[in-house]
Amino acid sequence: MSRVKTALRTPWFWAIIGIAVLLLINTIKNPAYLAVSVNPTTGMLTGNVLDILRVSAPIIMIALGMTFVIATKGIDLSVGSMMAVGGAVAMETLSTLNDPTSVGAMFTAIGLALALAIVLGAINGLLVAVVGLQPFISTLIMMMAARGIARVITDGQNTNATNEPFRQLANGQILGLPTSFVIAIAIVVIIALFMRRTALGLMIESIGINPHASRLAGIRPRPILFGVYILSAALASVGGLFSVSEVMTVSVSGTGNLMELDAILAVVIGGTSLAGGKFSILGSTIGALLIATLNKTVLFLGIPAAATPAFKALVIIVLVLLQSERVRSFAFGRSKTKGTPPGPPKPTVDRSAPVSKEKEVVA
Amino acid sequence: MSARTLAESVPPVADLPESRQPRQVKRFSGLWERSQTLIPTLAALVLLFGMLIYAEVAYGRVFHAGTMSTLLVSFAPTIILAVGMTIVIVSGGIDLSVGAVVAFSSVAGVMLMNIGINGWLSMLLMIGFGALFGLISGVMIQYFNVQPFIATLAMMFLARGLASILSTTPVVVAEDSPLLLLATDWKIIDGPKVNDFTITPGLLIAVLVVLGGIFFMHRTRMGRTVYAIGGNESSAQLMGLPVARTRVWIYVVSGALAGLAAIVYTAEVGGKAQNVTGIGWELDAIAAVVIGGTLLTGGYGYVLGSIVGVFVLAALRLIITKDGTINPEYLTIITGAVLLVFVLLQRVLTRRRAD
Repeated sequence: MSRVKTALRTPWFWAIIGIAVLLLINTIKNPAYLAVSVNPTTGMLTGNVLDILRVSAPIIMIALGMTFVIATKGIDLSVGSMMAVGGAVAMETLSTLNDPTSVGAMFTAIGLALALAIVLGAINGLLVAVVGLQPFISTLIMMMAARGIARVITDGQNTNATNEPFRQLANGQILGLPTSFVIAIAIVVIIALFMRRTALGLMIESIGINPHASRLAGIRPRPILFGVYILSAALASVGGLFSVSEVMTVSVSGTGNLMELDAILAVVIGGTSLAGGKFSILGSTIGALLIATLNKTVLFLGIPAAATPAFKALVIIVLVLLQSERVRSFAFGRSKTKGTPPGPPKPTVDRSAPVSKEKEVVA
Repeated sequence: MSARTLAESVPPVADLPESRQPRQVKRFSGLWERSQTLIPTLAALVLLFGMLIYAEVAYGRVFHAGTMSTLLVSFAPTIILAVGMTIVIVSGGIDLSVGAVVAFSSVAGVMLMNIGINGWLSMLLMIGFGALFGLISGVMIQYFNVQPFIATLAMMFLARGLASILSTTPVVVAEDSPLLLLATDWKIIDGPKVNDFTITPGLLIAVLVVLGGIFFMHRTRMGRTVYAIGGNESSAQLMGLPVARTRVWIYVVSGALAGLAAIVYTAEVGGKAQNVTGIGWELDAIAAVVIGGTLLTGGYGYVLGSIVGVFVLAALRLIITKDGTINPEYLTIITGAVLLVFVLLQRVLTRRRAD
């Protein structure tokens, strides 16, 4: 019984239910929705589920970076623009090198995209950690500037390129799964192990809870904040690479447009508190999968893609209401808390959580 | 009970020369502190005139009735949004939904007019739609403890999505719609050739909104409560100010102003409404507010400052379009750089105040 109760309170439990419901709706509309078949010409597996996994790869990347930024009580609004920068660098490099089969060209493109993202991420980190600006405003400035940088890189054009190995990032398969998804999950696992097997994750959380106290406890916030923003930018750049490799074109105004909101949404769905101090990598990944499923479902039901935000809004509203004190005390029959004014955010962090979450991540 | 209280029995010491001096020092330091909150706004004003003079010298035809009136008319919706955003940001919140609300209000309003609802009534309804979105965010923020950022983000998604469900193709009002009356050109100064100073009713509405905003923030109780909430919410609560009611109102006003901006904008573009209108307008409004010297942490700021901020953005755009050699691709980078300079300036000032 208590186990069921714990599950009900885990936010990503609801996300899994959400994915299941969406898939169910699709299956009712078309019973063959979940079917996976082999494409006779390419010999690769095809199916709607694989499509969902492929489009989820970029969202998983930006949601992963956003998770750590939000855990430090920050926010990174620049991830969408950073995706455009990554895609623009890659496409521009590949179209200049123009060797359709070279693996070297692919690695050059990826390396340059990562390098620029790390520089831009470091600027974010500098503004937040050293200058002391609010993360919201520093990354907002970066969001505007990075979109401009993407435009400057491609001269305002939607550059396309041909490079078979790079195209395989999104269109190839490993063991029947889309390559980009496999890479994304590998990155998630590596970073999760790194965060939870070392003290780094705890340090990030402690900065999110109380930067002053953690400094007194001997944690230096600056390098960690720097690292978090660089990581977020680099992962966003990887996400951008995934999303341009699907079509081998970068659209300077379209690539990653409004994706920062998807990333925040995925993180919130995954149960990471926006007040900082607590994060769940598994939750964010599942949140990203839910968003990818939602995007595909809306398209599948024949609703114009532009209407997707309305459904995302409903998801956000339901989730934040479920997380709110007022609704919880009403729904779960807790001792009725008085109508508390918002005021300073209450520390809702469960200090004993990290130990149990470690299992959660590995599981 | 004729006994004097303890305080009355103590002889006054006001005449002592020592006591006068500290008071004067205090007054000066108070004045200094108050003028410091004005520094970012003054800096914006200096920058604005610098940019305009540079543009006049470099390209000419800037201090020119025709150019000025075109600029003012095209930035009227941004001015309206900036006033609403100032109120929200002074209260320590943020409203990301305004751009999307403009899109929804204009599409919904034009569709209402097209199915035969009276034009003036439809315009009222457009403001009402905006206010409704604001009400929902306000209630989520105040009563369900949702962060303003997330609540208005949800409203942004909702409004944009609903606008797209209504129509993904542009909808246009009939030629005789009263909406188009708002874009009538009123010639104020009849200059030689095309050098006329013309304004539109839309611009007049924007000016009235600015005046209303100034009056609201500095001459009403609710305006002072807004500053108090932004300064220190717990103190405002303890002082017995109506925090809950005021906060919901702040977002309702911001939403209603977004609806009004939708009316002015739709009239200006000839009654054409689209679901993709207003993408990024919230950023313009936030940028204008920040450039105008309002602190994003709340508690400080002036409506007029934000208007200066709008003009700085307008002048930037003017210079970039007049100068053919600046790539339009650099526009967002330059805007970002200007924004950064102002935020850094604010940072330096607030750090000094905190010491």
